[in-house]
Amino acid sequence: MLGKTAGGLFWMARYLERAENSARLLETGQRMALTRTHNSVEEWASVLKTTGVLDGYLSKYNEVTKDNAIDWVLRDMENTSSIRSVIKQARDNARLVRTALTHDVWSAVNATWMRVDATMKRRVSERDLPGVLEMIRHQAALVRGANLGTMLRNDMFDFTRIGTFVERADNTGRILDVKYYVLLPTAFSVGSSLDNIQWESILRSVGAGGGYRITHGQKTTPSDIAQFLILDQRMPRSLHFCCRKIQENLAYLKKDYGFAGSSCEASNTLFDTYLDRSIANIFEAGLHEYIEDFLRDLNQLSRQIEIDYRFYE
Amino acid sequence: MSEYFDEMFTGKGTLRGPYEEIGRWFNAEDASRLRAKQREAEEVFRLTGITFNVYGKAEAEERLIPFDIVPRVISGREWQRLERGIEQRVRAINAFLYDIYHRQEIVRAGRVPAEMIASNEAFLPQMLGVAPPGQVYTHIVGIDLVRTGPDEFFVLEDNARTPSGVSYMLENRETMLKMFPELFSATNVRNVSDYPRNLRRSLAACAPACAEGEPTVAVLTPGIYNSAYYEHAFLADQMAVELVEGHDLRVVDGRVCMRTTRGYKPIDVLYRRVDDDFLDPLNFDPSSALGVPGIMDVYRAGGITIANAPGTGIADDKAIYSYMPEIVEFYTGEKPLLQNVPTWRCSDPDSLAYVLDNLSDLVVKEVHGSGGYGMLIGPTASKKEIAAFRAKLKARPGNYIAQPTLSLSTVPIFARSGLAPRHVDLRPFVLVSPEGVKITPGGLTRVALKKGSLVVNSSQGGGTKDTWVLED
Repeated sequence: MLGKTAGGLFWMARYLERAENSARLLETGQRMALTRTHNSVEEWASVLKTTGVLDGYLSKYNEVTKDNAIDWVLRDMENTSSIRSVIKQARDNARLVRTALTHDVWSAVNATWMRVDATMKRRVSERDLPGVLEMIRHQAALVRGANLGTMLRNDMFDFTRIGTFVERADNTGRILDVKYYVLLPTAFSVGSSLDNIQWESILRSVGAGGGYRITHGQKTTPSDIAQFLILDQRMPRSLHFCCRKIQENLAYLKKDYGFAGSSCEASNTLFDTYLDRSIANIFEAGLHEYIEDFLRDLNQLSRQIEIDYRFYE
Repeated sequence: MSEYFDEMFTGKGTLRGPYEEIGRWFNAEDASRLRAKQREAEEVFRLTGITFNVYGKAEAEERLIPFDIVPRVISGREWQRLERGIEQRVRAINAFLYDIYHRQEIVRAGRVPAEMIASNEAFLPQMLGVAPPGQVYTHIVGIDLVRTGPDEFFVLEDNARTPSGVSYMLENRETMLKMFPELFSATNVRNVSDYPRNLRRSLAACAPACAEGEPTVAVLTPGIYNSAYYEHAFLADQMAVELVEGHDLRVVDGRVCMRTTRGYKPIDVLYRRVDDDFLDPLNFDPSSALGVPGIMDVYRAGGITIANAPGTGIADDKAIYSYMPEIVEFYTGEKPLLQNVPTWRCSDPDSLAYVLDNLSDLVVKEVHGSGGYGMLIGPTASKKEIAAFRAKLKARPGNYIAQPTLSLSTVPIFARSGLAPRHVDLRPFVLVSPEGVKITPGGLTRVALKKGSLVVNSSQGGGTKDTWVLED
């Protein structure tokens, strides 16, 4: 397979995953803003921060407002990380690697772009936002289903999986990075109503409310939430789960190709360093530093993969 | 009815033989169902991404080529005649190319003037003395044919560089099979779907001597913003070969290699969909980012097959076109089976004078133009357009040829008001290898959707039809 094709598959998967994650963050943001128990502007700023687009936003707008924040994250093509932008990039990458995709995967990606672009020709009103975000999640699920159901389990598939899980780990990490302070143990606020809403929102933004309740029951504690998002082995958006998948897929490539780049080893190191420990240990070392270091090393791993498999010249 | 030959109806409501089944079927169909099917077809094309990009428009603009559901039908007998004529012409073209880049016997014999070759932009001196593997120059040819009567076929253009449109031939058929299976049960239509397999086989048969084992074939595309990108991806996919761009390739140890996830791998046969000028920045246009630096040197040393060979444009140049009857006769020793459209070369003063006097009746084309751009259709042009063209002609006569306006045949399309005749042409696709000349029974029928229009180019509002060749 061409190095360029591997890169196209990797980025197609990353962009699709990013679109889905941003949609979920917007959903959570809207929901939070509607609870009126705290400053909604702050909530939108945190959505902008989590999606990594706050600086770009502030270069266009003077202040954070609900409508502008939604528009910037959702459909502004000046924002290269807006949902509409990343779906366009996913589609361009899919077109680039058309020969490596099954008809089902390609037409699902193509249809996703066509629907999203058609829906976002004009500003999306608050009333229509939930429907649009749901459509985006549905389309993402459609592409994922086509990928799982029709792609041969070869190196092409491995690269889409690696892209998906690198992006997902990055996303979960960013949510924790922006909201870590909510999870820090303090002497007084033990389950105040505001805390509960904040905790709920973290779970919601990774679509894990239900999974959390099954695992931990009704009792919500910061430590359990952090444990769930970082170390749970079954939660498909936990750092543990994502890093396992990256490791596995790099190992498949190693087996398939008969050689491994340094990324394969780096994925093992990443796992051992950050995920083979207890949540108490992580809190002791400092949650914020932990997340920052993790995101930096994850990014480093992603770059190494690009080099090892010759994505670019 | 009209002054044009209609391929479906001989008179009011009388069907010509090959269209009997279709006519019966159409009459029994409900118009609203057909309309729904037409929309369904367009939705399929859009979802599949069978689009083309229009040059000069925003890069993101991808358009559909309108598809008409009424097939264009050619009888087995008619096809046989065409097939013989096409094969003769394609063999002559390859012999001509070999000759032009070697001893130039045809020039020595005085059949084609030397300046027609030497001063021609499409002539590549870099190809002199180069013998491509199997002596095949035009691995893929798309001969454009028009029809003016029951037995009158003319060759309008020999597309010997990188003819496009074959994906439409294949996708149109797939779409028709999906939408109207019953129509195919009732008729005996010849299959076109083995084209990609034949293409790969034909390309592999032209592999250079240095190829080891099963030859590695790849398709070279200018990239996703090229107007025919869909087709490039489609063909690579169907042939199960890599689709590469210039920046995926580099010369390593005397071979052109592609960058794979496991390192650089040599390519034996490169089906390039990039023009000569852009193929090699070291040998041609130095600013090109689409090609591969040094590929021409590898090619000349026999390290790779380029399909079609560089420099084939000299054979489909519109000025050379006028010599095709002589060319066919010179190399095959036979009379041409397919007719040429009479052509005035404006470089010739007498011809120029005639053309200038008769502009309103003629079609004037740029010698190196394509896609229907830069041409004048006298009968439908305004006085202003004719005056503007007159000035251009006088300024650079050698840049133009002129032809009579042909009465192109019509085939009905399914229009809002029902069946309505529209002008068509036909591009069959031809594969050439040392194993022989293979012509897929069918081709791309382009149709001018605007009433009365003679321009079938997709960039100028043309559509396509499925093309049926019947088993008699």
